[in-house]
Amino acid sequence: MKLSTQLLAATAICAASSAGAVDLEVMHWWTSGGEAAAVSKLAEAWNATGNTWVDGAIAGGGDTARPVMVSRIIGGDPPAAFQFNHGRQAEELIDAGLLLDITDVAEAQGWKDIVNPPSLLESCTVDGKIYCAPINIHSWNWMWLSGPAYEKAGIEMPTDWNSFMESAEALRAAGVTPLAMGGQSWQQAGAFNNVMTIAIAGKDAWLSVMQDKNAETVMGPEYTAAFEAYAAARELSTGINVQDWNQATNALINGEGGAQIMGDWAQGEFAVAGMTAGEDYGCLPGLGMGAYLQTGGDAFYFPVNDDPEITAGQKELAAMLLSPEVQVAFNSVKGSLPVRGDVDLTTVNECTQKGLDLLANGQTLPASEQLIAPDTITQLNDLMTEFWNTPSMTAAEVQQQYADIIAQAE
Amino acid sequence: MTTTDIRPQTGRSAAVRRPSRLLRNLSSKVAMLPLIFTALVIFLGGTIWTVVYSFTKSGLLPRLSWAGLDQYERLWSSRKWIVSIENLAVYGVFSLIGTLVIGFTLAALLDRKIRGEAVFRSIFLYPFALSFIVTGLVWQWILNPELGLQHVVRGMGFESFTFDPLNNPNIVMFGLLIAGLWQGTGLIMCIMLAGLRGIDDDIWKAARVDGIGTVKTYIRIIIPMMRPVFVTSLVLIAAGIVKLYDLVVAQTSGGPGISSEVPAKYVMTAMFGGQNLGQGFAASTMMLLMVVIILIPWAYLEFGGKRRG
Amino acid sequence: MANIGMLNAANAVTMPLGRTLPEGPRGKKPRKRLSRGNIIVYGTLFVVALYYALPLYVMIVTSLKGMPEIRMGNIFAPPLEITFEPWVKAWKEACTGINCDGLSRGFSNSVRILIPSVILSVAIASVNGYALSMWKFRGSEVFFTILMIGAFIPYQVMLYPIVILLREAGLYGSLTGLVLVHVAFGMPINTLLFRNYFASIPEELFKAARVDGAGFWAIFFKIILPMSLPICVVAFIIQVTGIWNDFLFGVTYISSPDRYPMTVQLNNIVNSVQGVKEYNVNMAATLLTGLVPLVIYFASGKLFVRGIAAGAVKG
Repeated sequence: MKLSTQLLAATAICAASSAGAVDLEVMHWWTSGGEAAAVSKLAEAWNATGNTWVDGAIAGGGDTARPVMVSRIIGGDPPAAFQFNHGRQAEELIDAGLLLDITDVAEAQGWKDIVNPPSLLESCTVDGKIYCAPINIHSWNWMWLSGPAYEKAGIEMPTDWNSFMESAEALRAAGVTPLAMGGQSWQQAGAFNNVMTIAIAGKDAWLSVMQDKNAETVMGPEYTAAFEAYAAARELSTGINVQDWNQATNALINGEGGAQIMGDWAQGEFAVAGMTAGEDYGCLPGLGMGAYLQTGGDAFYFPVNDDPEITAGQKELAAMLLSPEVQVAFNSVKGSLPVRGDVDLTTVNECTQKGLDLLANGQTLPASEQLIAPDTITQLNDLMTEFWNTPSMTAAEVQQQYADIIAQAE
Repeated sequence: MTTTDIRPQTGRSAAVRRPSRLLRNLSSKVAMLPLIFTALVIFLGGTIWTVVYSFTKSGLLPRLSWAGLDQYERLWSSRKWIVSIENLAVYGVFSLIGTLVIGFTLAALLDRKIRGEAVFRSIFLYPFALSFIVTGLVWQWILNPELGLQHVVRGMGFESFTFDPLNNPNIVMFGLLIAGLWQGTGLIMCIMLAGLRGIDDDIWKAARVDGIGTVKTYIRIIIPMMRPVFVTSLVLIAAGIVKLYDLVVAQTSGGPGISSEVPAKYVMTAMFGGQNLGQGFAASTMMLLMVVIILIPWAYLEFGGKRRG
Repeated sequence: MANIGMLNAANAVTMPLGRTLPEGPRGKKPRKRLSRGNIIVYGTLFVVALYYALPLYVMIVTSLKGMPEIRMGNIFAPPLEITFEPWVKAWKEACTGINCDGLSRGFSNSVRILIPSVILSVAIASVNGYALSMWKFRGSEVFFTILMIGAFIPYQVMLYPIVILLREAGLYGSLTGLVLVHVAFGMPINTLLFRNYFASIPEELFKAARVDGAGFWAIFFKIILPMSLPICVVAFIIQVTGIWNDFLFGVTYISSPDRYPMTVQLNNIVNSVQGVKEYNVNMAATLLTGLVPLVIYFASGKLFVRGIAAGAVKG
């Protein structure tokens, strides 16, 4: 059995042909223009093997798509593969024995040696068995700067968080809102939980909080500085009222906003607007201080199926997702980084290069989703968005409540 | 459903008094089987299932790992839940009053034998055909300060005009209300209009003879006569208020901050965002409990008391 | 709320007038069309109608504009250059994942879900209402009360229990399963409508039929059903709207993307979380999706009111 699947996996990598063609339904929430283009790369590659990709896209993000996926699994009629984020979202499905063990594929392809950073594969691993195929890396840890806005203000783009704070006054004077922030809670919380804490409180304090759930660190001096910086950032964001993150990015593009703290997916928006990295917009990984990249992103999981043909197809698909050609084709379009350290993207701009360098140097940290449960993330989202939108709430108050949540986190 | 083999039994049960409790009115019982099944298995069964699992630590999947009252303690210590309840109360009161008053007023105006009634009626009713997701989207857009109403009024020269409810935590619920009323009043207007049409002309004549004014006639005579209409409307409106979710998601996604969160959204976020089914079930159990507390006495008075025949 | 104030003001003005005029408020249509009262009535209706019509206007106007024109600003301005491209795009080009065939993909699925669901729910609700109003038995009101409480349960809460029920019944993922779910969740309101409608039918009619020896089904088919067309129309319209606009059940209980209803594509067009929002396509998609219930409304407005007049009114 094992040998035959190894053989199968090997066939999938080498020759793109297989004997038994299967229809595999793949569920995901990649529905915007760029995302859909990236998915079609996967579908093309899969169809080229003689199989058929049945696309099950549900827009509206994970919160809309996840209940559908889980219902399908509970209902006993699961899709062949589905997308989740790297992290702990699928833990329970694995515990319940609902997901397919693809360790044999991973071993046949040597994922242990090629997946970089290794934490991605660790997130897929439970009790030594591998249950998911990581497909891309997205990181939160970026601050984007608007060329047009700084031109308007007549000053140079800042080089780190502190010089950005100093530039805020000049931006205000030029009628620019220094910091563009979307209204959804995950944006407001993510900017703190992922970006400002790592940059300002430092890597060790952050790991102490997120990994060890140490509430005392939250009350410590490093985090106090981060909370104060976050409170200062709140003042800088009044003036732009938008909901979606890409509307906030759009404010940078037209020069209404000076900077935005947002993940690397924002680069896709600059690209669509025809802007050049380093000239029309700037990027500061880790707010320009102590740059670390979190390696979040997406992975595919494969529900257990009674049909051996589908099971074989699932393994073939898993192997294909990590093949060098697919990694390059998919990630070049999606704007994310490949999960393999040994492939080169087709187009690399200044900002992407900075990211790749950090990745190559091993300056990486896990994503929050890999360390804390989704339930805790929801609680932190609620707290941070309440703080962000309640001017009367002080940094000390939010710090105490943050510590309470961390103390209760699993 | 087979009709022939049941009818004789009914005939017998009507002729002979009480042959057996169970067989009396058998056809009716058989005919009601779908209702009984829905009520007991789906609604009651689903509710019990939900309540049971609200005492567990269920995360992404329902699991019977007991957590006692933990989920409820957490629920009631959550600021978001408290805010959600307060918001629902505000929205509920204003929506109930607003829908009834506007619905009735429009119906009364249309009932004054005006020209173009069909046109007006269609205009008031069409929003009901659109889903809340669409409603939220359109109104979010109209209320958007940079694109919509505020922008246009300012463009007309009123530079200081400010109308931005969706970004103001204090009045955001009213921003939702504007859209909610827009979507929901049409149906209630139709029901009210129908109710007014059902009122005998003689009553108006009598009121006129007594020299009672129009408004007074409506308030003192007509509205009390329309009690059943108001009851039907009330059920429709109240059910819509409790389930308020799509509109919030489409219009504000609970923001700014948590200022427009509602209980149904709390449930959804807990269940599918936080992957904490137990917490979601605890919240929905509380919602249901509130509904039951309000509904049972009323349902008893309304449906239980009087019997036909 | 402004219109209420206006109405009161209106009546304050018309009151003395009303007393002197021979025609009362609901008298035969006065031919003097421009009395002060009428001006105020029409004025109020007109202003309120503006509020109701505005969003539809915005949707239509926006759906006919190109994206550059939308970015320029005024959402109320009529299009400078009318383009039907957003409509074409929404119907057959907009992408759902990798399938770029717009809403057209889901239209026939929606129809296939709609027809059996509506027919079955109206049929069952009418029998329910009939039994509840004329053939009460011990406990029937209890079942009805439970059902009415069911009307207040947020659908999302019932998502998983129903998945489990359907799985146990072997219906998960099938059209039949989805139809049954729609029937179940439409049952409370529709049963209430039918029950109240039948309660208003004169008792003598029912008693006479009983004396003639007619049974449960005979009375239903020969006497009751022919009288209940109006209320059937009401239930029909409420169900068409609810089922046509449903997204959650359709996407959860149908297990193949090829059979998803149209609202799934609408959601995918409108809710794409990333990328540029194409407002014109969104609006066109919205209008296209809403077209079926809208047409039914405008076509059956009169019947609707007549039906409700007969049904929802008498309790």
